[in-house]
Amino acid sequence: MIAVTVSPDVIDAGVEFAAISASGAGGVATFVGLVRSDDNVATLSLEHYPGATEAALQALAEQAVTRWNLIGARITHRVEDMHPGDIVVFVGTAARHRGAALEACAFLIDRLKTEAPFWKKETRGEQTSWVEPRGSDDAAAARWKA
Amino acid sequence: MTIELLYFAWVRERVGKASETVSPPAEVTTVAELIDWLARDSAVHADAFVDRARLRAAVDQTFVPLDAPLGNAREVAIFPPVTGG
Repeated sequence: MIAVTVSPDVIDAGVEFAAISASGAGGVATFVGLVRSDDNVATLSLEHYPGATEAALQALAEQAVTRWNLIGARITHRVEDMHPGDIVVFVGTAARHRGAALEACAFLIDRLKTEAPFWKKETRGEQTSWVEPRGSDDAAAARWKA
Repeated sequence: MTIELLYFAWVRERVGKASETVSPPAEVTTVAELIDWLARDSAVHADAFVDRARLRAAVDQTFVPLDAPLGNAREVAIFPPVTGG
């Protein structure tokens, strides 16, 4: 089962984990991305492309389910304003065994970072700046080329 | 041809609007030509699009390279490289 959500609502890791675990799978892998609190960012704002974002995440989840024969895949991404420690994204994958769940979870977060239309803007004091893409993200996404 | 243009992130900020409707001439057949056409008559657009290597695009919500054909596109989005997750 695939569940994709993009919303300004606060993400509750417990609720997300319960949802992906309810699939009855023997192995569940999760990734949680947080607003970092180590470089003076007061506010992180996420902009996205409504419609295209959900479609991109759905397509990635479908690829993962097919490639790793998953029982479930869940991607929940927050948008708009967040603060240090808030959850930005939750990725959960459920499979019969751990190997497929772990690999599919890494695939989803790596590819999400380079293929889903989200843009981060950081506010530090009075300064705001758009986050620049990192070459290491492209490299991480490229390792999943089938 | 009437196209709904969408801008995101710093492209949106530099153009000064999130969307606009345009009717490019028939000789504009690719995303890159559309960008050139927009930049030709508007200093604001020219400034926003000055570094083509930092622009990405989607045609009818499908991500495409800048040299992709417009076809019968209804919606074209222009934006910086994505930074989600």
